[in-house]
Amino acid sequence: MLMAPAIGSLFLWMIVPLVMSIYFSVIHYNLMQPDQTGFVGLDNFEYFITDPSFMTATINTLILLGSVILITVVFGTLIALLTDDPFPGRNIVRILLISPFFVMPTVNALLWKNMMMNPNYGILAQVWQFFGGVPVDWLADYPLFSVIVIVSWQWLPFATLIFVTSLQSMDREQIEASRMDGANYLQQLRYLYIPHLGRSFAVVVMIEMIFLLSVFAEIYTTTGGGPGDASTNIAFLIFKQALLSFDAGVASAGALFAVVLANIAGVFLIRMVGKNLDK
Amino acid sequence: MTQLQLNMAMKVLRTILAWGVALLLFFPLGWLVLTAFKTELQAISVPPLLFFTPTLENFSIVQERSDYMHYATNSLITSVLSTILGLALAFPAAYAMAFIKGKYTKDILMWMLSTKMMPAVGALVPIYVVAQTTGLLDSLTVLTIIFTLSNLPIMVWMLYSNFKEIPGEILEASRMDGATLWQEFRLVLLPLTMGGLASTGLLCLVLSWNEAFWSLNLSSAKAGTLAFLIASYSSPEGLFWAKLSAASFMAIGPIVVFGWFSQKQLVQGLTFGAVK
Repeated sequence: MLMAPAIGSLFLWMIVPLVMSIYFSVIHYNLMQPDQTGFVGLDNFEYFITDPSFMTATINTLILLGSVILITVVFGTLIALLTDDPFPGRNIVRILLISPFFVMPTVNALLWKNMMMNPNYGILAQVWQFFGGVPVDWLADYPLFSVIVIVSWQWLPFATLIFVTSLQSMDREQIEASRMDGANYLQQLRYLYIPHLGRSFAVVVMIEMIFLLSVFAEIYTTTGGGPGDASTNIAFLIFKQALLSFDAGVASAGALFAVVLANIAGVFLIRMVGKNLDK
Repeated sequence: MTQLQLNMAMKVLRTILAWGVALLLFFPLGWLVLTAFKTELQAISVPPLLFFTPTLENFSIVQERSDYMHYATNSLITSVLSTILGLALAFPAAYAMAFIKGKYTKDILMWMLSTKMMPAVGALVPIYVVAQTTGLLDSLTVLTIIFTLSNLPIMVWMLYSNFKEIPGEILEASRMDGATLWQEFRLVLLPLTMGGLASTGLLCLVLSWNEAFWSLNLSSAKAGTLAFLIASYSSPEGLFWAKLSAASFMAIGPIVVFGWFSQKQLVQGLTFGAVK
């Protein structure tokens, strides 16, 4: 009974768009051609899937997801270990480290696009020039890589924060004892720190997956998916179909595909993490 | 003695390294703040200027050009309202799941979380059409509702894992003593779960404030939030970095400072209590 409002609203939230998507996806529905209507069967799906952008976008989505998770987990762990022992100014260092997480994606993207990666005036270009190199036009030449850098910068603090918190509950006496027994730092890392972090790895991967499958603002404000489709992910491809080509039918077909992809990821994820969280 | 010296050296090295990494990662943000106080010419000077006479003119220009307060108010209204609404929906649901466990509780919980994995763009066309036909396009109402719904799964999950820590016997005892459901909520459960409620609310606030997808697609000049305001500066109308920085600084300032103060709470909530 008490669950009814939450379940009801979530159910509507999910089922109404889903049903409408299914409906739109089998009719001809282009906002630019209101006179053309009617049932088209699976044409929209065929159009979306045979579109060469589709494969690129799927691969980009997976590359983006995988790289960002890898980067944030590896560097997050290193930074957390580095700041684990007390040192002068540790609190300030932590505040500096977590700040990017609270920055909204649009600001984050514009900041990198203009002030960091601009080939003429950007900081990176000037650093390159200082060392005698030729400035790189990051967003034009390495668009997907640039987006990965930008998104990683935003999510690294999140991973770091969680690992730092987790490390605080380490058993100090155990570490001390292992040191007495002559374990070196690498051995401590392998047998004490990493196993202790296991659960937080699961948490970080799960939450990042939820948010990173549909990265949008970072792409929208920096590369606009381009050049070509070089940095277009599934979310952005659907957006292009819907609001730039005004083809709601094809966009809906794409959306259904995204839902399927998300559910595959979801099942896999819940299997993996659910076990881990459920102790 | 040498061992001690070696340890000291290691410690100094670590401190320097930690500060180095922190400053490096914070640099883009720090640079944004500096640029906000520069003139346009200083902002694109080669080599980059680290020392200059700060100016406040960018802030007044931004306010003049695009009415910062209007967008800030929209951001504030939508994020606060959606937080309150979300808590009101999630609280009873999480209560029922934690204390009146049924056969399907677990499945419902997993299903709720799975709705969050569906990319927002999957619902874009239908929601857009619904908003258009109901005349709610570019209104605060539609943004509030959507922010609430998209955060709801995470809120239910966070509250649920928080409630689970509370022994059911306490609630039972209060019921024995004749407490009504309302008294049970207010006098027993609320004080015990303040921490969880706070972290859930905080997270929701941060997520809504920073939400960009829906505000870019469903709102424009009237109901646009700060995310929309900032995106409007990305149009290729020249290099107005100082003004862009000033606008960004004003857009992220409140929430970043807010984040600094609430980081401990946030971690507890975000990790569903799994990381202590």
